[in-house]
Amino acid sequence: MAQTATKDKETTDPSSTIITGKAFVVGRNVDTDQIIPAEHLVYSLDDPEEKKFYGRYSLSGVPDKQSGLPQGNIPLVEEGEFESEFDIVIGGPNFGCGSSREHAPASMQIAGIQAIIAPTFARIFYRNAVDGGFIIPFESEEDLSQIIETYDELEINKEDQVLINHTQNKTHNLRPLGSVEDIVMAGGIFEYARKTGMIE
Amino acid sequence: MTLTEKIIARHSGKSEVVPGESVWVDVDVLMTHDVCGPPSIGIFEKQFGKDARVWDKEKVVIIPDHFIFTEDKYANRNVDKLRAFAADQDLPYFYDVGTDEYKGVCHVALPEEGFTRPGEILFGTDSHTCTAGAFGQFATGIGNTDAAFIMGTGKLWVKVPETMKFIFHGDDMPDYLMAKDLILKIIGDIGVDGATYRTMEFSGTGVQQMDMESRMTLTNMVIEAGGKNGVVDPDETTMEYVRKRTDKEFTPVYSDKDADYHSVYEYNMEDIVPMVAKPHSPDNKATAEELEGTELDQAYIGSCTGGKLSDFKAAARIIQGRELKMDTFVVPATTEIANGLHEETVNGQTLYEIFTQAGCHIGNASCAACLGGPSDTFGRLQDKEACISSTNRNYPGRMGSKNAEVYLASPYTVAASAVTGTIADPRKFISN
Ligand code: SF4
Repeated sequence: MAQTATKDKETTDPSSTIITGKAFVVGRNVDTDQIIPAEHLVYSLDDPEEKKFYGRYSLSGVPDKQSGLPQGNIPLVEEGEFESEFDIVIGGPNFGCGSSREHAPASMQIAGIQAIIAPTFARIFYRNAVDGGFIIPFESEEDLSQIIETYDELEINKEDQVLINHTQNKTHNLRPLGSVEDIVMAGGIFEYARKTGMIE
Repeated sequence: MTLTEKIIARHSGKSEVVPGESVWVDVDVLMTHDVCGPPSIGIFEKQFGKDARVWDKEKVVIIPDHFIFTEDKYANRNVDKLRAFAADQDLPYFYDVGTDEYKGVCHVALPEEGFTRPGEILFGTDSHTCTAGAFGQFATGIGNTDAAFIMGTGKLWVKVPETMKFIFHGDDMPDYLMAKDLILKIIGDIGVDGATYRTMEFSGTGVQQMDMESRMTLTNMVIEAGGKNGVVDPDETTMEYVRKRTDKEFTPVYSDKDADYHSVYEYNMEDIVPMVAKPHSPDNKATAEELEGTELDQAYIGSCTGGKLSDFKAAARIIQGRELKMDTFVVPATTEIANGLHEETVNGQTLYEIFTQAGCHIGNASCAACLGGPSDTFGRLQDKEACISSTNRNYPGRMGSKNAEVYLASPYTVAASAVTGTIADPRKFISN
């Protein structure tokens, strides 16, 4: 079940095969300004105390009605909190479009999110999520933001590439990670480069 | 092969690459700024050690531009971090705030300083790095981790993109039209994810006759269609611009006549009319004519898309001798352009005189309200304002408040609206 302790990068094993937890659903074209509004980009990502603010403001730019679908008006992170009660974000097509700010996937990880599932991603967001080892971006075959509801209990099996929705009793296929799989499994581009001897 | 494929092949030591293939390339230029520089440096030091040196200090360019003229202490601390890193690494290309070296918006500063060389590879920690493709360079945005990796190794993996080709026919750009209208038209047609993972290549007589600033407007907004990079084959116009700005050697490449394209789109420039992207997405297309009469509170002319000298000259043609009907903000992208406002003239008056006489608010060279920024940012939208802007993004909250509404348009359309009080078609002011 969902972990309650801090789910920071250091504590999530990139090679574990099962991810479980509560769904948080948003719609299509969620851009990086919605994921982390520009005014918050001033905090240091190196300082553990300041870094927490990225968690607090993760997905805070999503218009209220589209935050936590289908109902809406549900924030990813409760006001005043630094971590989310949710574990897996479900997005519509073109998730993460817009700027190159790596603070976007980082903010989701800092908020405690472990995976993001969408039918398609904007490429810089996808690349940042993978190379930084923040959260795993899974591509789904269908637009699950139309099916899954916020608070549904989900289970991702990385090996079998399936998503099980325990609340709705449904199973959905995920696309293979393809050429980035090695980097995802290593936990990021640096870990991959060390493993393959590219850098020391 | 296409231009993009040729550049990637050459930089990965291969004679040929095909779309979909992942390869490691050697990087010619790495650019970063005040928002993504500090965290990139943080990762670089964590991964390579406190005493690590960048792979080649001649190839690292640091241009603070985003959160510059603000009291925000965190934002100012970020610039301090860049300063310390540039000093420590002895970097020759750091354009510090508050000095004569200060430039402003990175994507316009890079060409001005000669870093956009045809045939080369430029990565930048900013999504609009794709602007440099106007010079026939492979240029794309990356995140902090990738930037830190390049700082240490000079290399990065890329997946070879497929190329979409956009041909503009026509000998002369109609006088009321700007490159901004063309790219808004394309984004409206293919959607904000219409070019995801792909290259957008612009060609045809319509593009050949464009100056570099107009070509930059095209390639700047490929990211708004999800594109990885945008390119224009280099020509005389490119060479003349680049040669003036750098002595460095470079080898241009060109798309083969028989190259394979993902798709080809053709447009006649005479058929295109002034375009507007309605809130809250760059592909929410309409014509200026259709939106005539839409209420506005503010007009904004600036950014790497619409804050170049030719953009201000266009706006000045309409604003000259007319009265503004709303707050109008003018933000030159770089200090060179800010100086240009005092030199460039329309009917014997400098652009600066035209704007000040009309009562425009003229800001310092920087990104300013293009991305909202700290609450004291020049021109920022604070609540429910409706703004027409020559910038590139109108996502919710992009220019400040998420209650605000942003319409994207060419500098002509923004200026025409500013003097009308509601959205206006610039053809009323400029006929062919
Ligand atoms: S002007 Fe706007 S789009 Fe261009 S780099 Fe600055 S914030 Fe980004």
